Amino acid sequence: MLFTSYEFLGFLAVLLLLYYLVPKRFQWQLLLAASYLFYFLTGPSNLIYILAATVTTYLAGWQIARIGERQSAYLKEHKAELDKEAKKAYKAGMKHKQWLCLLLCLLFNIGVLAVVKYTNFVIGNVNAVFQAVGSGSRLDFLDIALPMGISFFTFQAMGYLIDVYRGVVPAERNPFKLALFVSFFPQLVQGPISRFGDLAVSLFEQHRFDGRTVSFGLQRVLWGFFKKLVIADRMLVGVNAIVRNPESYSGAYVFLGMLFYALELYADFTGGIDITIGVAETLGIRVTENFIRPYFSKSIKEYWRRWHITMGTWFTDYIFYPISVCKPMLKFSRFSRAHFGEQIGKRMPVYLSSFAVWFATGIWHGASWNFIVWGLANWVVIMVSQEFEPLYERFHNRFAVRGKMSFRLFQVVRTVLLMSALRTFDCYRDVPLTFRMFGSIFTEFNWHVLWDGSLLGLGLSLTDFAILLCGVLVLIAVSLWQRSGSVREKLAAKPYPLRFAVWYGLFLVTLLMGAYGVGYDASQFIYNQF
Amino acid sequence: MKKKKWVRWAVSAGIVLGSLYLLQRLLLPKYAADVIEGALIAEYYDEEKDHDVVFIGDCEVYENFSPQVLWDEYGINSYIRGSAQQLIWQSYYLLEDTLRYEKPDVVIFNVLSLKYNEPQKEAYNRMTLEGMEWSLSKVNAIRASMTEEENFLDYVFPILRYHSRWSELSGADLDYLFDTPKVSHNGYYMRVDVKPAENVPPGRVLGDYEFGENARSYLDKMAQLCRENDIELVLIKAPSLYPYWYDEWEEQVERFAEENGLRYLNFLELVEETDLDFSTDTYDAGLHLNLSGAEKVTRYLGRFLREQCGLEDRRGEEHLARRWEEKGTAYSRDRDEQYRALELKAGTDQPEKQEDS
Repeated sequence: MLFTSYEFLGFLAVLLLLYYLVPKRFQWQLLLAASYLFYFLTGPSNLIYILAATVTTYLAGWQIARIGERQSAYLKEHKAELDKEAKKAYKAGMKHKQWLCLLLCLLFNIGVLAVVKYTNFVIGNVNAVFQAVGSGSRLDFLDIALPMGISFFTFQAMGYLIDVYRGVVPAERNPFKLALFVSFFPQLVQGPISRFGDLAVSLFEQHRFDGRTVSFGLQRVLWGFFKKLVIADRMLVGVNAIVRNPESYSGAYVFLGMLFYALELYADFTGGIDITIGVAETLGIRVTENFIRPYFSKSIKEYWRRWHITMGTWFTDYIFYPISVCKPMLKFSRFSRAHFGEQIGKRMPVYLSSFAVWFATGIWHGASWNFIVWGLANWVVIMVSQEFEPLYERFHNRFAVRGKMSFRLFQVVRTVLLMSALRTFDCYRDVPLTFRMFGSIFTEFNWHVLWDGSLLGLGLSLTDFAILLCGVLVLIAVSLWQRSGSVREKLAAKPYPLRFAVWYGLFLVTLLMGAYGVGYDASQFIYNQF
Repeated sequence: MKKKKWVRWAVSAGIVLGSLYLLQRLLLPKYAADVIEGALIAEYYDEEKDHDVVFIGDCEVYENFSPQVLWDEYGINSYIRGSAQQLIWQSYYLLEDTLRYEKPDVVIFNVLSLKYNEPQKEAYNRMTLEGMEWSLSKVNAIRASMTEEENFLDYVFPILRYHSRWSELSGADLDYLFDTPKVSHNGYYMRVDVKPAENVPPGRVLGDYEFGENARSYLDKMAQLCRENDIELVLIKAPSLYPYWYDEWEEQVERFAEENGLRYLNFLELVEETDLDFSTDTYDAGLHLNLSGAEKVTRYLGRFLREQCGLEDRRGEEHLARRWEEKGTAYSRDRDEQYRALELKAGTDQPEKQEDS
């Protein structure tokens, strides 16, 4: 069920009605039923995956908690008999048992994810090796459909389990509540990847109908629809025309396609997250923000702190830090300091851990070399800019441009261009083609296509371009206004006729200019594929 | 304070509903100004409904038969509920819809649509279904007709379907915002121009000549519905040379008619009897008849209805005669205007031709 389908709107309307009509103590149970119905409608067999993730996570969490309780009871009971060393040894033993529980569950769930998402990628690569060495052997591809949102709910469940293991959150005793946390339907499509500690309270508490909250939620949903239907799905036509016909569209077209895709991705993903957060808000549930105006970032590093925030923090907390402080890495750190000197040696573990994170980020986005290269390209850019920091510092000491508006603007444009360039790996079918097409920007000087009417051959009319331009200006204006606080709060403080005109105007624009219905391809959210 | 809030809500709701209604009317295609075929179905509801004969079917009925001739020459009061590529389930539900208003003595159904077993094109669906007034028949017709890309809700709220038409609005959208002119003569779409049928393409070989099960089931249902309502169902194949009418199809229709005790007229086999001349009686090389052809075929049909179906001459009914007199005036005016336009066109084309030669 697409977020932008009539079915989803009907589903949401019925759910909202029931949610505020049923006794409040049953609200979370209703949400659980709705979430499972929502997921069932994406494909009945998909339920097996989400059930398996929930059951294994629950059992592992429960076992970890039980071991913790046993440990506390034992230590309390034998307080007098045990010396410090014995207590430490006992604790280590129990921690090891907890670790085993965690490891088993992680292996199972990441294993399931790996099998459904990466098996055919591995088979494809094995076949390529066979071909390269002249072997006639071929492995058959598996007929596995990727269950919707599996990356998101698996990461969310694993995050919860690691937090239980670390003692950050207590294990959830009610399996149905954990099931709701894993399957909460607005997040199933494309995240955000919520933490149990952040989501649980508002997810399980009782909610009274509050007109203002529901209206704020609906406003956010509408804003998401505007971004998705008016901008992203319209831009999709132009992007597809360029990237699906690399023979016809090179040079300036690639540059344009790069910018088009950056805009499409932004409008699509942030629009989807707006709908997610808005839907949750109408139910009185607070979902973590996933974006803070990423295209206003002045560096790639900053960009990644503001884009898909929950994924970034997930990788940092559950991959980067554990790798950075694991025993082999500490050993490696000592080794590199001894052999490469203090300056380089201390940076080596960071590079290695970052490499792991960016490799994982790449492959998480999709089972293809394009995504892996894209992830590693991000890593290279971040590492290089980190290395160049002393150089930047010297530049700033010499030229007093820091803080100047024009320089900040330059930084923002540079970051947007750099990120857009890296994103071309998402677009073309393989890595060599991506490099070839990107290279054509600098070798084919066909910039005249930007103004000689050739762009109208991309499937977008002049009206479409005008709508897109206005849409971008609205996005920029809203983002600028957002910097000093919530736009919805500010609007709510305005007189009613103005408020009404703004929101009804946005509704009409979305209704009339949205790229939906017969004649338009209903497109799934891009991040739904990840 | 509370009252003020309610007033605010009521005014807002009024603005929202009113503006959406106006927008929807504005964005709906104005078939009368452009694709005339799309405006035919809706016109039926403005009629006084006491017809002796109702035609249902595709373009082969609304372009090939003239109710005016049936009245003028036989005193038969008839109406054509035809639309472009009307599929057989749409014909069935249109018949059901018609029976909500009247029970004609005879229903004439053109059998060409038996060749379609599945929904075809959204644009044609729209031309048939949008003109229907809301009823269970319309709901079922929509459900039976929707292609995969279509959604029922788009029929309930057409603004969802036509939302992007704002960029192609024309003066006609304002002219016909609330008022739609009549475009047909009791469902007949008149054309007087001539384009002789010369190279009619032969029928290509088909893999399977059997009518589909779905299509046949609707023919069964139609026959059943007519039986239940004591209506005589007459099957016809209009004299259109294309799309090709295969012998295998003909046999199946003949068999069905025989098994169900129905009369069946294949006008393709009655070219001599109707005196049709495909060099002068068609306006698009044999696909459809022009006025001259339609009047010839209708004369034959009128005789058939009078003699075989026993329909009486109602020209003596004063009220009805007055109505048809008005219709006749409009019919003649339309015919004369079309001839005048043709003459004008011929006049302006002439010098060009001379220059060319």
